[in-house]
Amino acid sequence: MSKDNKANRWLTAALLTPTSLWFLVMLIFPLIVILVFSFGERAAVGGYAGGFTLEQYANLPSRLKAFQNTMLIAPAGTLLSLIVAYPLAYFLALRVDRKYKLILLVLVIVPFWTSLLVRTYAWIFILGGRGIPTLLEFIGIEGVRLINTPGAVLVGIVYGYLPLMVFPIFVSLEKLDKTLLEASSDLGGSPFKTFMQITLPLSKPGIATGCMLVFILLMGEFLIPAFLGGGKVFFIGNALVDLFLQSRNWPFGAAVSVTLVVIMLITVSFYMRMTLRNKTGRDESLM
Amino acid sequence: MRIYAIVVFLFLYVPIGIIVLFSFNAGRHASELRGLSVQWYGKALSNPFVGDAFVTSLIVALSVAVLSSLMGTAAALALQRLKGKIRILFDGMIYVSVMIPGIVIGIATLVALVTVFDLLNPLLASIWPEGTKPPKLHMGYASVIAAHTLFTMSLVIILVRARIAGMDRALIEASMDLYATPWRTFYQVTLPQIYPAILAGFLLSFTFSFDDFIISFFVAGANTTLPIYIFSSIRRGITPEVNAIGTMVLAASLLLLMTAQFLLRERSSR
Repeated sequence: MSKDNKANRWLTAALLTPTSLWFLVMLIFPLIVILVFSFGERAAVGGYAGGFTLEQYANLPSRLKAFQNTMLIAPAGTLLSLIVAYPLAYFLALRVDRKYKLILLVLVIVPFWTSLLVRTYAWIFILGGRGIPTLLEFIGIEGVRLINTPGAVLVGIVYGYLPLMVFPIFVSLEKLDKTLLEASSDLGGSPFKTFMQITLPLSKPGIATGCMLVFILLMGEFLIPAFLGGGKVFFIGNALVDLFLQSRNWPFGAAVSVTLVVIMLITVSFYMRMTLRNKTGRDESLM
Repeated sequence: MRIYAIVVFLFLYVPIGIIVLFSFNAGRHASELRGLSVQWYGKALSNPFVGDAFVTSLIVALSVAVLSSLMGTAAALALQRLKGKIRILFDGMIYVSVMIPGIVIGIATLVALVTVFDLLNPLLASIWPEGTKPPKLHMGYASVIAAHTLFTMSLVIILVRARIAGMDRALIEASMDLYATPWRTFYQVTLPQIYPAILAGFLLSFTFSFDDFIISFFVAGANTTLPIYIFSSIRRGITPEVNAIGTMVLAASLLLLMTAQFLLRERSSR
């Protein structure tokens, strides 16, 4: 028996070795390097020179605009996606005939698994000079500029991440016990009251998951602001590309990356704590 | 409500439709539709840069998909036997590697590997026998594949683990009771049950890698993947050729997703 156990343990270790190696070399080691570099100095030719200084972090305000844009537009984009996604998820989960439900859901999700690059590019086309602005000129409205504005970036965000928001909300609404809805209307609750007191609270887990997924991806976004913000509306991601590939200021770029990850961890754990508290609150009120 | 749903579906599909429509443009300017033709497809397909980028993307995506489904499945199987600290450690790693922004992974990998290579290359040159050319480590296929695999491997672990959790344990116990070897139990009982999840993981890994821009942008070295090629052509200006390439990329992903859906259906109906 003990021989069996020993063999088992060896097998477990062997199965986990490649993954552990990957985590070590491709995740932990690079993150340590970035952390170390962020306390270093910039070499004269670019790249990294050793040392220990907080200069890079003190220099962060020089990229304040990128942080401001990200911290404003990422939450706004998440909220907007939620507002657009919720009615659709509601419709798909509770109002659509069972026959068409699956196919419609697949139709929502498919775009997410196709190239974000190409899909964002489509909006350069639509919002750019010869797209909607030309159409507007046709009916007499002139001088409208759509591309390279915060609005364009927001449209790109909602377009790119809508599927990711719809799916978890759909799942939580689908799981919802329909007899509760019937009970509410039988007891004379108006549709609005039923929605506010039953449907909405019970779909909170889905809302929380969707918002977190979208928000996390938006914090590191590069493509959408690069294409639709045109150098005017830029995120931390765009600043990072500039720092590493154009000005080759590695230590400062490292400091920006570390700050981005820290901000993300803080917001996400704060958010999780908030939604968890809400959840227990709801459980108590149900009892 | 129904009208709202129609509007959202239009919002999702009209931009894709516009790209497809304009890829058949007969005119030379991207945004003026002048008759329909397939000339830009011919142009795109005969462009050697597009061909090279496509082959690069294919090699990378296939390697990523194979590596991550093998390693991810192995890890998922091992993790279900584990408890305690090691398990928590692995869960943390999986969580971090899925959550961390691609751009940070790209940058950190670039900086770390370039630094290591700069240290190792003179060392290699000094110990290499006189007269032969020492190997020079550099960013390329290996670094992109490794960086993509970090994310997709974790994705496969999550998918396969969910499947294992929903698996009928009684079958495994029955197989063991009937004196099947562990290997045989795995091959004849466990594998058929988790196979759909592995397949889904394989295809999702492939699609992720094939479509990824930001990680490849940093770590691909001199190699150009298809998204990198598309990105730089868009930067140079919008042409109908970009629309044609974009349409082909979309079509490839759609085909793959449909295959996945079909295979999963087939499997579950049997």
